[in-house]
Order: sequence, then structure tokens, then C-alpha cells
Amino acid sequence: MIDINESVMQFLLAFLVVGPLLGAAAALLPAPPGLKGKSPEQAVLRHGVTVTGAVLLAAIVLALGFDHDHPATMQATTDIAWIPALDVRIHLGIDGISLPLLVLTALLTFLCALHSYFKQQRQPLTSAGPAPKGFVALLLVLESGSLATFAVLDLLLFFLAFETVLVPMYFLIARWGGEGRARAAWTFILYTLLGSVVMLLGLLVIGLDAGTFDMMALATDNGRSLTTSVQVIAVLAIGVGLAVKTPMWPLHSWLPDAHTAAPTIGSVLLAGVLLKMGTYGFVRILLPVAPDGFRTFAPYLAAFAVVGIIYGSLACLALARRGAGGDLKRLIAYSSVGHMGFVLLGIATMTPTGVNGALFANIAHGLVTGLLFFLVGAVKDRTGSTDLDVLSTPSPDRGPATAAPRPPGTGGALYGRAPRLGGLLAFAAVASLGLPGLAGFWGEMLALFGAFDPAAGLSRPAFLTFMAIGASGTLLTAAYLLVVVRRVCMGAAPQDAPRLADVQGYEFAAWTPLVALTLAGGLWPRALLGLTDPAVQQLLAGGTR
Amino acid sequence: MSALALADSPVPAAAEPAQPLAASVVQSVDWLAVAPPTLTALVGLAVLVADLFVPAARKAVLGWTAVAGLAASTALLLPLLDGDRSTFCLTAGTRACSYTADRFTLVVQFLVLGGALLAALLSVTALKDDTRRLPPGEFWFLLLSSAAGAALLPASRDLATLVVALEVASLPAFALVGIRHGDRGSSEAALKFFLSSVTATAVSLLGISFVYATTGTLHLTEIAARVQQVDGQFHTLARTGVVLTLVGFAFKTAAVPFHFWVPDTYVGAPLPIAAYLSVVGKAVGFTGLILVTVVALPSYADVWGPAMAGLAALTMTVGNTGALRQRTTRAYSAVRLLAWSSVGQAGYLLVPIAAAAHSDDPRQQVGSTLAYALMYAAVNLGAFTVAALVGRRHTLNRLTDYRGLYATNPVAALLLAFFLLCLAGLPPGIIGLFAKVAVFSAAVEADLGWLAVVMAVNVVIALFYYLQWTALLFRAPEGEAVRHRVPAPLTAALAVTAVLGVALSGAPQIALRVADTNLF
Repeated sequence: MIDINESVMQFLLAFLVVGPLLGAAAALLPAPPGLKGKSPEQAVLRHGVTVTGAVLLAAIVLALGFDHDHPATMQATTDIAWIPALDVRIHLGIDGISLPLLVLTALLTFLCALHSYFKQQRQPLTSAGPAPKGFVALLLVLESGSLATFAVLDLLLFFLAFETVLVPMYFLIARWGGEGRARAAWTFILYTLLGSVVMLLGLLVIGLDAGTFDMMALATDNGRSLTTSVQVIAVLAIGVGLAVKTPMWPLHSWLPDAHTAAPTIGSVLLAGVLLKMGTYGFVRILLPVAPDGFRTFAPYLAAFAVVGIIYGSLACLALARRGAGGDLKRLIAYSSVGHMGFVLLGIATMTPTGVNGALFANIAHGLVTGLLFFLVGAVKDRTGSTDLDVLSTPSPDRGPATAAPRPPGTGGALYGRAPRLGGLLAFAAVASLGLPGLAGFWGEMLALFGAFDPAAGLSRPAFLTFMAIGASGTLLTAAYLLVVVRRVCMGAAPQDAPRLADVQGYEFAAWTPLVALTLAGGLWPRALLGLTDPAVQQLLAGGTR
Repeated sequence: MSALALADSPVPAAAEPAQPLAASVVQSVDWLAVAPPTLTALVGLAVLVADLFVPAARKAVLGWTAVAGLAASTALLLPLLDGDRSTFCLTAGTRACSYTADRFTLVVQFLVLGGALLAALLSVTALKDDTRRLPPGEFWFLLLSSAAGAALLPASRDLATLVVALEVASLPAFALVGIRHGDRGSSEAALKFFLSSVTATAVSLLGISFVYATTGTLHLTEIAARVQQVDGQFHTLARTGVVLTLVGFAFKTAAVPFHFWVPDTYVGAPLPIAAYLSVVGKAVGFTGLILVTVVALPSYADVWGPAMAGLAALTMTVGNTGALRQRTTRAYSAVRLLAWSSVGQAGYLLVPIAAAAHSDDPRQQVGSTLAYALMYAAVNLGAFTVAALVGRRHTLNRLTDYRGLYATNPVAALLLAFFLLCLAGLPPGIIGLFAKVAVFSAAVEADLGWLAVVMAVNVVIALFYYLQWTALLFRAPEGEAVRHRVPAPLTAALAVTAVLGVALSGAPQIALRVADTNLF
């Protein structure tokens, strides 16, 4: 949109990756004089806001300077040798596929930093929570790793970035998490590490066989220099690694525990950013680099995806039932399994429509689920619980056991007790179920649309079946989200119920961008599809230039 | 040690009649090429003699002399960088040499001497803390002798020199393990170590004699040429010889099933000696394995290739599960964990050697082993340095003693976390990650898919205990945090390993370049 010098663009992209790392190192040092703030805690959290803010600014400038007329072209590319012995190059670049994800990551991390800064201002961290110094450093390392995943164009560097997020996320869950955090953190890191080591083997098979680890060269080659058997092995190995991260049913079992135990911002980043790394890998690496191998597995991937859609929705319905003791965060985690099922279904169709839908659903899920986790975190701060049975009884002194005499159909009356919070929760739930006009709609519709007419070589009847099942999944999704809204938000507030603090200023600040973008994505999908479509067309046709 | 090498190098079988007899057996010695091991040995002798004259109060001087000697020996590698040198060569016939200072030799010598230097820095503090039970003169003499043997080994190009170097490196190590006066655990460990090592050496010698019997030469390059024309009926003998020869070196590498001495020996030995064995002892083992397999017997790859692959898989699996089973509250559990993890890491070191059997250019494949060993040496010694630091206050050195280290000593805790993550191969330990990638790619390139998968599973197992230890560092400490001064030698060792680890993580090419070139 605006004309920015190429070398400035290069610098900005490199800054996105390196800046947070430097910021993380600086966070561990004592604050310099003049920046000490009111307390060391406040100073370091402010430092986190500053760095993530600078990164977000850089990402926005990068998005503005991006040549929107040629989104299929790699822009702001840097390509320098790093480890010649392993043929690893620091190759960075952005196109229409990676740019939205970069901006989303920078935005969500900034909002998380902002949220924790103000939260600390309002209610100084109790002694139970460990020092925010480590928190900010880990957050920044996490940001660097996830931004790098979307910005690098070298297979081994992609693997490095993919691994970088593991340790910070492990510590965020294990140190700042809730109940059952140690176990959840272990499940998370062991599961994903096993997946990514297998993925490394697949990447090595591709790189050593093709003689290069460069994604651009491999994509241009479009699998021509790889035999079908090599492609099949590589897709299987890489696919498993990415599927664990996405997560695809039946490799999803780490996700609900991790989400339930993680702190609010951990959940937001896990859902909003980390899961996207898996689906991004499918689109960026597997589709263009090993199309023959991918075609072999596409029906299976699609089948697992629709099973994930149905499974996720049914699990959510079971959790939303009265008396099931369902945890709201766990419910959203299972709903993520369902949503990511749509993304995988779109990718598995191997059509531009389906892949565009997948990328759109990716972004939409990041925005909506990020917002949902923020809201649930806020509910938890106010009521002290995420248990649906507790939340659906308006007064905290009456546990679920004594709730029996209340007439059925009444809920937690969040509308009455904290109208703005209740409204936002309902908005996010409705966006998540894919109401037309909001961001959740287009991605899932396009993914199903892609399955209606899958790419040549894929069995159409099979994909028509998948489409039908997936479409029924949207109904189930609507069902459980509406149940949640009814149980948490609706109902008459009893007189004795304590009022809850409504949405605070800083919470509005953190959530408004997400709400606005959810609306914008629903009303003006062209802004995003215009970016991804040319790039996707080119990736599927082979070659990125 | 060079004198030994000279005495052992085989005399040319038949002097050419045209030359005067005297001229044909006199070898010109390239003293610069043999300088690094020679200087180490000489300084060792000097320290032993000086011990007689230095008063008890000034024994620290001996330690600093030894450190300076090791530093000077390491520095003497610099002039050798310009090209390959060989000495102690036959003056007639094939002109095969017994001592070669090529790239391979220099890299391993750097690793060995550098590792010994760091172990010496740790020892300075250990000796100071425990003057009554550790006799300084003997200690430094033994350490330097062992280091000299270990530095000679990579340069050896005939089997006799190789075995002599192996023994020079090992014999002082037995004494070092049992050097603590009045410590039953220490002497028991030494005896265990000694008996099993001697058995392994005997088996190795038997194998060497078989190889000599079938080929009629001890020079590695000559063996490589002649073993292909072995008479059909000697094939079994040659094959047996190959396998038996490998046993001795597999023992030093602590490859399973020759690993059982490791945990007790590491716990029984003074901590710096455990650190020394974990790096230099392993270097000795895998260097010998590389020389015997890749240089001497490339044509028998079908024998040693599968054997190495099996050893590698077994070693990493047993080592990592052993480490996993350590209880955190047991005495010396930190050292035990490092011991078991070093067994596991030895498994990774063997993978490229196994892969070399399937390669057209086996000599290039083993570079990954060296690259991995360089990374491993730096970070493992770093971890041992922090263990030495903690061990000064908590003599039992349990894993639970590391709880809350970040509160008392943030720098040491952060560095230990970094070292452990390097060993686990996870960012921010970038060099650990890429060293593993190099090993993985050697396996994948050699179509050893099953070995790569076994290694992948092991990486996950290993992560569990490394990360558990890392997490422990940042937990809230039990009781009050008391800060302690860190002695200067430990600070120096910590600084060196930290700078190496961080520099290698920023520019992994420094270490990994050896994985990409032909070293011989």
C-alpha cells in the first residue's frame, strides 16, 4: 500500500524474529536507571509491552509496505548462509500466506503482554506467582519462535523455530498454570517433541534427497526430483509432526489438558499461534514440496479431520451437559480440535478454494478462540472458577449439588451481573459457531466448499461424504456453544447474587482489536482472501515465484 | 610418549640394499608435529619432580603449572593447522607413517587437550578443598600422562601405537579414580574400572594379533590395502579379529554392554576426574573406533557396520533409560544422572560411524561424530562445572540440591539450564540441536531409518530427565538462599564453556564444519 524501501522491509522482517529474542535477554537484566518504574515487576512487564508493541508496529508497517498487488511473490527476502556444513541458510521472506499469520501472532502477543501488565497493576501478583521477569522473557522467546516459524523459508530453520516455542510454553504452563499443570506441561512437551523429531526425519529425507533445504527451491521443483516413495515417507513423517501440533484427531490428547492448565495468556497463544504452526506447515511444506505423497494421504487426512470435527463437538456437548462438571477452558480446547478439523479438511482437498478456506479459518480461529480464552480468563478472575456447573449457578455459595431445586433452563445470569462481559462472551461464542457476517463463517464454508469438488486424483464420493459429515459438525458446534451461552449468560440474577465487576478499561483495550477484526473478517473477507488466494494458486501449481 | 611410539613403530622389514643400513633405519622426527602430546607428558614429569621440592603450602603452584602446560600444548596445535604432517615413517617400501597430524588428529587433540584443560581447572579447586586426601603431585602427573596418551591416540596410524596410546591414556585414569585416600568407594570404583578395562584391552590385543596374522602389517593404511587380498581360509580369522579389536575401544566409549563400570566409577572418582572421563575417555574410545573401522578396515564395513549400529541403538537406549530411572533424592544422583546421560550421548556418537559403513566415502561421514563430540565436550564439561560448584556446598550432590539454584546463583543456574538444553538438543541450545541434526542426517543418508527412529525416541526420553533437572533449578528454594563466592578456577571453566556454548549456538558452523570435510 505504501512504498517502502526493500532493505527497510528486510530489516523489519529480521527485526520481527530477532527483536523479541534481544528483548528476552534484556528482560533478564536489571532495569537501567530511569526505567525502573514503581517496582521491578512493573518495570519488566512494561518492558514486555514495549518490545511486543515495537514488534507489532514493525509487523503492521511490514503489512503496509507489502506489495498487495503481488501477494504470491516472496517479499522482504533475506538469504544468507548460516551453516554451510548442513546447508542451512537464514532465508526469510513473506508472502500472502505468511503475512496474516505474522500480524496475528504479533497482535496476540502484544495483547497478552498488555493484558498481563494492566492486570498486575490492578491486582499485584501474589507471592504464589513466580517473578514476572521469567514470564516476560519466556513470552518474548515464544513470540520470536512463532514469528520465525512463519517467516523462515528453510526446512531446518523451520524445524529450529518449531522447536523454539516448546521450552517457553512448557515453563509458562508448568510455572504459571492452574491445577494439574505439571502433568499437562509434560504431556504437551513430550507429545509435541516426539512429533517434531519424527518431522525432522521427514525434513531430512526431503532435503537430502532433493539436495536442498530451501523451501522456495523445493516448492518450485514441486516434487519433481523426489520419487513417489520418498514423498510418501516424507509426508507421513512430517505430517505426523505437524498433525500433533495442529492437533489432528487422534493425536490431540495433549491439547485439552494443556489448555485447561495453562494461564490465560498461555491458552490464548497456544490456540491463537501455536496451533497455526502445524497447519501452516501443511500448506507451506507438504502441499508444494511433496504433492504426490500428499495426494496419497489426503483422503486419510480428510477422514481424520471430519472425525475430529464430530469428536470435538460431541466432547463439547458432553462437557456442556448439566452436572458433567465440564471445564469451560477444556470445552474451548475441544472446540479447537473441531475447528482445526475444518482447517485440515480444507487443506486435504488440495484445491485453491479449500486451502484458502483453511487459511481463513486459521486466522479466524486465532482471533475468535483467542478472544474466548481472554473472556474465560476474565470470568475466572471474577468468579474463581471455570467449572460450567459452578458458573451456571449465579451465587457462589450455592454449589452445583444444591442447584437442583432451581428451575431448569436458568443459567449463571452473566448478562444480568456483568452485562458487557456477558455480551462479549455471547459474541465470541456466536463467532466461533460460524455465524455469517463474522470471521468464523467464511473459512468453514470454503473448506466444505472445497470438499465438494476436491482436486483431480482425489475420490469425489469420499470427499462428498466428508463434506456432509463436516457440515453436520457445524450444527453440533452451534448446539454446544448455544448451550454454553444459555448456561453461563442467561437466567435471572437473584437478589442475593453478588455483582461482578464488568469489563475493565484495560480489558476493553485488549479485546477490542480482536472483536473488530472478527467483524472485519466476516464482513470483508476479500481483504484476507485477496492476500492468500494468489499465493495459494501458485503453491498448488508449483513454484512460488 | 613419543619415545614409546618410536620404540614401537615397526622396523622396516627389509632395508633397500642400495642405501647404507644406518641411513635406512634412522628416521627424521618432525618435532613440531609431535609437540602437543610430548609437551603434555614433559610437563607431567616436571610436575612430579617439582612436587618433591615444593613446600606443602605452595602446592597450588603445581596445579597452575599443569594448567599452563595443557594450555601451551593446546596452543601448539596452531602451527600445525597449515597442512598435514607425518612422522615416524618407514624409510623404505610403502613409507607408511605411525604418527600423522592431519585435520582429524588436530580436531581430536584440540578436544582432548581442551577437555583436559577444563578438567584441570576444576581440579585446582577440588585439590584446594580436599588437600588432605588428594595428593597434588601424583594427581597432576597422572592427569597429564593420561591426557598425553589421549592426545597421542588420534595421531597413531598403526595398531601398536594405538594400543600403547590407549593404555597410556587409561592406566593413569584407573589410579586417578582411586586416588582419594581412605575412601573405600573410590578404590572400589578404581578396581572395578581397572579389571573390566584390562579384560577389554586383552580382548582387543587378541583381535589385533588376529588382524596382524592375516595381513602381516600393523600400519592402518597397509591393513586397509592388504586385508582385501586375505587368503580365503583366513576370512573368518580376519572377521573375528575385527570384532575383537573393536571391543576394547567400545569399552572406553562406554558403549553398552561395556558400560556397567560408568555410574559407579563416576560417583567414586573425584568429580573433575568424572568430568575428564566423560569427555576425554569417550574421545579416546570413539577415536580408536574410527581409526580401526574407517581407516584400517573400510572393506570390512559389512562386519563392523551392523555391529556399530546395534551398539549405538543399545547404548543410547540403555543410557537414557538408566538416566530416567535415577531417583532425585539418592546420594550423588546428579553425577549418576550425568554418567548415565553420557552413556546415552555415546550412543549418538556411534551413529555416524555406523552410517559410515553404508557410505561411499566413509571418512567424511565420521565428521558428524567429531562435530557432535565438540558440542558434547563443551556443554558436558560446563554441566560438570556447575555440578562441582554445587558439590562444594552439598557434598552429596543430589538432584534435589539443585532446587532453587536460580535464587542463590542465577548465572550458574541459567548456564546449567542452557547446557542441559544443549545436551537435550532443544532451543535455546541451538548447537545441541544442530549437532543432533548432523547425526540424524548421517543416519538418514545411510538409509539407517530404523536407527534414526530409535534415536528420535531416545531424544524424547532424554528430554524428560534433562528438562526435569532444568525445571528444578527455577523452583522456589527450600530454606533461605545463601550466596556463596565462586572460586576463580571454576569461574574460568564456567566462562570458557559458556562462551563456547553460546558462540557455537550463534555460529554452529564453527563446530559443524568438521562434519562436512574430509578430515584425513
